Amino acid sequence: MKIVFTAKGTDMDAAMDPRFGRTEYFVIYDEDTKSVESYDNRAIEGEAHGAGPKTAQKLAEYGAEVLITGNGPGGNAGTALKATGTEIYVGAGDMTVTEAYEAYKAGSLKKA
Amino acid sequence: MKIAIASGKGGTGKTTLSTNLASFIAESRECVLSDLDVEEPNSGLFIKAELIHEEDKFKMIPEWEKSKCELCGNCQAVCNFNAVLKMGKMIMVFPELCHGCYACSELCPTDSLPMKQKKMGELKFYKKGNLNFIESKLIIGEEQAVPLIKQTIDYVDEKFGEDVIKIFDSPPGTSCPVIEATKDADFVILVTEPTPFGLHDLKLAVETVKQMEKPFGVVINRHGIGNDGVEMYCREDNIDIIARIPNDRLIAEIYSRGELLYSTIPSVKEAVKSISNYVDKFNSQKKRETK
Amino acid sequence: MKEIVVISGKGGTGKTSITASLAYIGGEDLIIADCDVDAADMHLLMDPDFGKAEDFFSGELSLIDQDACIKCGKCQDVCRYDAIPIIDSQYIVDPLGCEGCGYCARVCPTDAITNSQPNVGKCFVSNIRTGSTMVHARLSIGADNSGKLVAKVKKDAKAIAEEQKKIAVLVDGSPGVGCPVVSSLSGASFVILVTEPTVSGLHDLRRVYELVKKFGIKAGCIINKADLNKEVSDDIKIFLKEEDIVLLSEIPYNVKFTEAMTNGKTIVEYDKELGNIISESWEKIKAIEGL
Repeated sequence: MKIVFTAKGTDMDAAMDPRFGRTEYFVIYDEDTKSVESYDNRAIEGEAHGAGPKTAQKLAEYGAEVLITGNGPGGNAGTALKATGTEIYVGAGDMTVTEAYEAYKAGSLKKA
Repeated sequence: MKIAIASGKGGTGKTTLSTNLASFIAESRECVLSDLDVEEPNSGLFIKAELIHEEDKFKMIPEWEKSKCELCGNCQAVCNFNAVLKMGKMIMVFPELCHGCYACSELCPTDSLPMKQKKMGELKFYKKGNLNFIESKLIIGEEQAVPLIKQTIDYVDEKFGEDVIKIFDSPPGTSCPVIEATKDADFVILVTEPTPFGLHDLKLAVETVKQMEKPFGVVINRHGIGNDGVEMYCREDNIDIIARIPNDRLIAEIYSRGELLYSTIPSVKEAVKSISNYVDKFNSQKKRETK
Repeated sequence: MKEIVVISGKGGTGKTSITASLAYIGGEDLIIADCDVDAADMHLLMDPDFGKAEDFFSGELSLIDQDACIKCGKCQDVCRYDAIPIIDSQYIVDPLGCEGCGYCARVCPTDAITNSQPNVGKCFVSNIRTGSTMVHARLSIGADNSGKLVAKVKKDAKAIAEEQKKIAVLVDGSPGVGCPVVSSLSGASFVILVTEPTVSGLHDLRRVYELVKKFGIKAGCIINKADLNKEVSDDIKIFLKEEDIVLLSEIPYNVKFTEAMTNGKTIVEYDKELGNIISESWEKIKAIEGL
């Protein structure tokens, strides 16, 4: 299973970025192969409107099944993620990626 | 005769003035009040009238038809607003972000994105005696105020002739929606309060109407509070102060209940009367000039 | 590092005065971000030095190169905004009408049309009189606030806060319910809702809270002019209870609130009684957020 985290850095030690649409990076963790990838999303700064759906699209390209973030996506991004069947967990904005993963595993994150 | 009531800053009393002025004028002749603050229309809270007509307002947006689509992604490439995106094996349209430019639809090689009507808001027409009240409201999440403002003005123009006084309660600020709401006006009334915030935002509003080359005047609300910065600015720049509405806790209380002021507060009646006279004078002068 | 965002939905509720007071109380512990760029007034109370200025570019604007134009009129045909009139037998883009969709450039047979990002305003990083730093912006006339600009102001503020190890960024949020306020809320740890007990105040509070709820952010509410209308005040409190929003404080109707602003002061500096109420709210927020 591929899990995507919105983060301020590129590895599992990075702090989470609580924002979805305008997150700086994604950290993509593949539970099956235990591999960690990252995506630099900083170009999103240039988008005046619609950052949320644009980021959701990137997520779809990575084949993310689970998204872990802070505040959760807004309306448009939420619709997009629903269409691709991505599960969303929120409330991990103050953690590191590893902590967020552990919280997810322990079932302590809220499902949006 | 079209009058737009605007202000640089929210909460200065734009809606209070529009509703009281329109109701006062309607005591003697036909008048239209139209709330163009389509994101947060509040005039209706103060006007108790009978609903005589309502209609949905639409904008045109593309709708994906799967059958012929080859998923080439051209639609996404030509959309500058992130409103059309290729998500895996489907094309998603985000209606609130769409500006209705038709590029994705008309440039699609397989005609898979025909334009369809999508509801963006509702227009309601209320009537009480000589007062006609027309308000439009955007659906929550809808971001494009300008098309709904335009359609609402068109509706008012269609229903009422040149000689009827039309008052447009404009959205706050200095951005596109305000420009759309005031660009057809014959005269703009800028409502402000005599405080440093009020003055700062008034200056921005004046810059905006000057750029549109509109004749305008100022109404000072909550007169007596704050300082004389606004008065001095208007004097130095030769801007007419059409009326002053005093600062009064009683006014704030009546407003909080959603009631009109001019019938109970003499100073407000004086104010709307002088605005009405000012506008009439402006109108007849304009008529003479065009003759 | 926390991010505390103040929003109100409706204008004129005292949001900026309250934010400035919190900025004063927090002093050097806070970095301030003014995202209410449509009516950016906080600088009037914070005495910024406009130390570092930077031009801000956003959106798109088309421009026709008259030497390359063969006057085929295709651009005018596809423009849905009637923004390409013929002036002196030349096709010209009207910058106020152009929505920046770029469709005209895509159909131009001679590539005579280019799109550029217009300069829509300025961003500032200023030293302010509380001994801290404020990030703020000023838009050009007719330019729209956007999620992009709000995100930039917040990002710069956060970077400074992190570098200087401050406890939080305090954000004066954007009005309305559109993209700018979504961007204001995104990433927030706590939201302060400022409202007033008027029918419009409650109406707009409900509308904007729908967004806050969607983001799942903890919220507290300050009722300004709380004694203006007891009935509506009670309705607001019922609403807060239903939605599990903390009632931070009730500020009574008091002309000192405006007088403070007129004197270029925050409320906490100007009036002890009102100041204490706001200080109490700040203590509550600190306790909730563990600051």
